[in-house]
Amino acid sequence: MNQAHTTLNDSGTSRGMRGWLTADIPRSRWQARASAWYHGWLEFKANRLALLGLCILVALVLIAIFAPWLSPHDPYAQSLSNRLLPLGSEGHLLGTDSLGRDLLSRMIYGSRITLYIVALVALIAPVAGLLMGTVAGYVGGWTDTVLMRITDIFLAFPRLVLALAFVAALGAGIENAVLAIALTAWPPYARIARAETLTIRSSDYISAVKLQGAGTLRIIVKHIWPLCIASLIVRITLDMAGIILAAAGLGFLGLGARPPSPEWGAMIAEGRRFILDHWWVATMPGLAIFTVSLAFNLLGDGLRDLLDPKSHSK
Amino acid sequence: METPSAQAEPKSGDGVSNNRRSEPPAPSATTASGSRWFLIKFLKTLGSIAITMLGLLFVTFIIGRVMPIDPVISIVGERATKEVYDAAYQEMGLDKPVLVQFLYYLGDVVRGDFGTSYLNGRPVSEDIRRVFPATLELATIGTLIGIIVGVPLGMIAAVKRDSWIDQVARVVALVGYSMPIFWLGLVGLLVFYGILGWVGGPGRVGIFYVDMVPPVTGMILIDSALDGQWEIFRDAVSHIILPASILGYYSLAYISRMTRSFMLEQLNAEYVTTARVKGLSEWAVIWRHAFSNIKVQLITVIALSYAGLLEGSVLTEIIFAWPGIGSYITTALLSADMNAVLGGTVVVGLVFVCLNVLSDLLYSFFDPRAK
Repeated sequence: MNQAHTTLNDSGTSRGMRGWLTADIPRSRWQARASAWYHGWLEFKANRLALLGLCILVALVLIAIFAPWLSPHDPYAQSLSNRLLPLGSEGHLLGTDSLGRDLLSRMIYGSRITLYIVALVALIAPVAGLLMGTVAGYVGGWTDTVLMRITDIFLAFPRLVLALAFVAALGAGIENAVLAIALTAWPPYARIARAETLTIRSSDYISAVKLQGAGTLRIIVKHIWPLCIASLIVRITLDMAGIILAAAGLGFLGLGARPPSPEWGAMIAEGRRFILDHWWVATMPGLAIFTVSLAFNLLGDGLRDLLDPKSHSK
Repeated sequence: METPSAQAEPKSGDGVSNNRRSEPPAPSATTASGSRWFLIKFLKTLGSIAITMLGLLFVTFIIGRVMPIDPVISIVGERATKEVYDAAYQEMGLDKPVLVQFLYYLGDVVRGDFGTSYLNGRPVSEDIRRVFPATLELATIGTLIGIIVGVPLGMIAAVKRDSWIDQVARVVALVGYSMPIFWLGLVGLLVFYGILGWVGGPGRVGIFYVDMVPPVTGMILIDSALDGQWEIFRDAVSHIILPASILGYYSLAYISRMTRSFMLEQLNAEYVTTARVKGLSEWAVIWRHAFSNIKVQLITVIALSYAGLLEGSVLTEIIFAWPGIGSYITTALLSADMNAVLGGTVVVGLVFVCLNVLSDLLYSFFDPRAK
């Protein structure tokens, strides 16, 4: 035994960090976990497109954080003498809009709004779905029937139309748009969480925990939730693109962020009037929306291949 | 807008899926019990539809209730006296308990009465009957484009897996999932109408032809053809082709991905190897054997994408000034015409539910295993 330890240790030092991470026999829980993450990363890295998606998103987060330093102009500063300048004008790389505001700066600040919306929805919807799904799946019986029936009703609604109706009732604004999107986005998470719970519920280790006297709440929170997280994360990443598109759609209709806030969808709506003569005002923000949602889709695809055990058998 | 994602699970009523789960096929069952089983299944499906629709109506009703705009004021005007206001308040039944109001609302909806539009004073149901065919026409052509391009694309991608054409199909679908539909519509208008002038601009027909065709079905392509006005028909085609292609692209992205994954599953099956060993031509293996087996799943996917397009047309209709239900709902929304918004929402929701149920029924009808 001692012998084995020294040889492992030797190989570990000779190959450094990588050797430690790829060791066949991990020597601590910490090493095992780090090694699992490292192998996952290696596999993920092999997927070029997913890596590209990740890079775009990291760049987006950085742009949002450093917006004040990156943007050449104040996104709200109007200058009517410089209105509708074309691409590549001096000092305005992407031109200006109908009020002479710098488009590049507005797009840079717009990334903050997009991230804000996406982050809030990604916090609210999966948690609500997880709650509904695990309770329904674990408690079963009438609770299950009622909760799943509610889920089905929300699933039966066309999402954008429901979100439109909600925003109409709540009033326009970013927070209400977030709420409306979250209200239409949670049912799939509930479904997934319930399906996972049903398979976990009857497993031996849950019986063991139950025998030790754990209550329903403890079992759900400490033993079922952690196992649902992986499939939920994949679904969230794949949903992000849809969330961005929905938020942009609401902004485009004038139901999301209000002007003069530089939300990308609202910027397209603003530039729509000049589309034939000044095409860049509406097209540039659209490219930003497209790039970000494409990045989320690429990343989501990669994560699914990585975390979904079914795809490994292919 | 919701892009129908490849990961979407079948949105079925739970009653239907419960059936699949809980009632095992009884091979030795007599025909009598077989038909009784079918009746039970039918009733259960009906029940689940009824409950879903009830819930749908309840949600729209609640949305209407929390709407911050006072419906009384929008009828009597802001300067009405207290008496007039109270009379209208009572006449509209707003003094009754919420549940009673909901029952009234339910009764109205069952009779096809969605109230009158605050905006133009016409019954909402009449408005919807007028605008719905336009959306139906657009979504149908879009779905047709999606099927005609999407199914072959998915088939080729599956058969020539990992080849360049598979990669192209993958990119085409990913771009479709990621593109904001209203932006694509704008760019399409800019390029094909503004710059190239290949297609008609916004609207269903050119301004000269508006209201020139007697409405029979409300679908201008069919109406003008019935009337023998081929000039209008051509004009209508040039107007519908761009918005329909854009919707079709979305449907194509979804249909081609699903076709590919269904086909891959079949091509890995042993019977395909057997067929090949028997010496059948590749054509026969792919189309006669494998494709026959994915038809049922494809029908479900197509029904779902059709439902998605009916909804996805909301933003497209606005870009193309298409007088369909999407434009109707948004116009009503911006002028706080709540009866019209709710009526439109309910109708779209009902169509959505019906298409989902239909795809479920088709599935169990065509797939012997589901019986």
